[in-house]
Amino acid sequence: MNTIDFLLMHAPALIVATPLLGAFLTPLFGKVHARLRSGFVLLIVLLTCLLVGLLSYDIFITGGIHTYVFGAQDLTLPVVRILFEVDAMSMFMALISVILALVAVIYSWAYMKDNTGLDKFYTLVLLMTTGMLGMELTGDMFNFFVFLEITSIASCALIAFWTNKGKSVEAGFKYIVISTIGALFVLFAIALLYGQYNALNIAVLANAIQFTFVDRIALVLLVAALAMKAGIVPMHMWLPDAYGRSPAPVTIILVGATQASLYGVFRVCFTLYGDVITLPQVSIGWIMVLLGLITILVGVIMALLQSDFRRLIAFGAVAEIGYMFLGVGAGLAVLGAPEMTSVGLTAMKGGIFHIMNDALDVGLLFLVAGAVYYTTRENSLDRLGGLARNMKYTTVFFIIGLLAISGIPPMNGFASKLLIYESTYQLNPVIAVIAVLSSIMLLAIFVKIFYSVFLGPALPQFHTVKESPRSMLLAMGIITMIILFFGLFPDFVLTTIVEPAVNALLGYQEYIAQVLPGGL
Amino acid sequence: MLEFLDPFLKTFETGTGFWNPLVWATALVIAFLAMYILRGFGNKQFKTGTEQTKAFLSGNPEYEKQQMHIKGSNMYWGFTESLGWLFHQLKKMHTGNVSDYVLWFVIVLAVLLLVVGGI
Repeated sequence: MNTIDFLLMHAPALIVATPLLGAFLTPLFGKVHARLRSGFVLLIVLLTCLLVGLLSYDIFITGGIHTYVFGAQDLTLPVVRILFEVDAMSMFMALISVILALVAVIYSWAYMKDNTGLDKFYTLVLLMTTGMLGMELTGDMFNFFVFLEITSIASCALIAFWTNKGKSVEAGFKYIVISTIGALFVLFAIALLYGQYNALNIAVLANAIQFTFVDRIALVLLVAALAMKAGIVPMHMWLPDAYGRSPAPVTIILVGATQASLYGVFRVCFTLYGDVITLPQVSIGWIMVLLGLITILVGVIMALLQSDFRRLIAFGAVAEIGYMFLGVGAGLAVLGAPEMTSVGLTAMKGGIFHIMNDALDVGLLFLVAGAVYYTTRENSLDRLGGLARNMKYTTVFFIIGLLAISGIPPMNGFASKLLIYESTYQLNPVIAVIAVLSSIMLLAIFVKIFYSVFLGPALPQFHTVKESPRSMLLAMGIITMIILFFGLFPDFVLTTIVEPAVNALLGYQEYIAQVLPGGL
Repeated sequence: MLEFLDPFLKTFETGTGFWNPLVWATALVIAFLAMYILRGFGNKQFKTGTEQTKAFLSGNPEYEKQQMHIKGSNMYWGFTESLGWLFHQLKKMHTGNVSDYVLWFVIVLAVLLLVVGGI
């Protein structure tokens, strides 16, 4: 066995273990020198990226599923063991998480340099990354809950990292209340499933699930709790608080954490309940479509009313989550109807592709907002203005983010939204019309930011403002490059990573067969 | 020889339509080039420090620059004013109170239990 094969074999464990170990070593490096600590954290994140890249390449090329067993190999013995089951959907999400983590760490060099307690900050960033990756790679429901908790606790501490700011602490408090309640319901649902089937493994449960009354209750609890963590309207209200008050590099990882919860909803619906979710009496797909539409509308309308730079982007992010829910929900709604299979598949591709695009677009906009705050110490759209003169590169990054999030061609957001528009139009034209109009409103809203922050006359209080520091420009540049690449080569991205992810989500039989009967 | 580029150059199929961003991007570049050339013609007559660079506000005096900046919350004023009833309702929903956040979760949970759970 060569090194690559060895790494591939152990990659599912190493992807989670690397940032976890790095998190606890970070304070030790911090004791030596701040630069050594920052370098070490970057090294850890790069190593995690490398492992994710390696495993992604293998899974996307071969289309297979990797399993990794912690504990006993033999399923027949009454022993404790945890299983990681990694398919293309897991890797798609893991790719998003590591890209966001890498960008956040690079951005933090300059953005957080004047803060104290950075050992804790970087430790929490790595713990949050561990939690997200764990949620995405695990094949065990209780393990999913544990990683959900790790992500929530680390996120809460990071949201409230600026403890001298009352609103940040308040946002952290709100987040932990919402997260704890959500996690409690997830745990209750897992307990219901365990009580029925005496199993915690997703594949084993998916194979056994009968869709009894208790199973239905568990499904509702899981979907509602994870949808709240994903920011679906009307359970989204924590999101603008958390996104708007946390440091910018934390916000961008929070976007990844939100999407990890969204992944949880999809994994529960398509894999755990894969065998029964398409039954005509189960209307969860249409419920997702409805929730998606409400999320888009409320997000867009509330964004229009905001005069705080970051809260406005946060409501825009809420609307974007609605597009993902709409696409995947539309796919789920028609999966049982053979005549609509291709429409459903297109909708799902659009929804899944949009997860990646949203992470990049919203992430870039939050980084720009962070750069503006870093240089001006101002978030209010009423007090900002004329910054394009002093912050040329940041302005260009904002324009790209603006066009991408509004789905303007040839940016990445257009390709995924086009798939959603076309497929939902065939389901019901009204859905597509609402989606298109909301996108136009999103453009108008972000033009409002562009005008009030970057255009207009030079304001005397910002005469001395300089361009963002290099590390922040580099972080924004990395995301911009990926946005442009995805925008210019959508077919390549679709066939290479999106389609395998969609197929993995739909192929719950392969997911089950990988573990059962008695394979491991 | 350049077969490795094929996957990147393929047209994006959407099921009922197609989309090729490279064609779009090429058209954009050509349009910008044309604009740049046209701008170049105009630039020859442009002189700084003359009447050409002064703002014309229908004969009214020009205010200080910072006074002329339209603030963020003033933008789309007509739109927000005419749809005030809707915005007012939505604003009322967003109380900022965490117990209300939990209440919305309970409402969604109850609706889902009714629809999916069949209670």
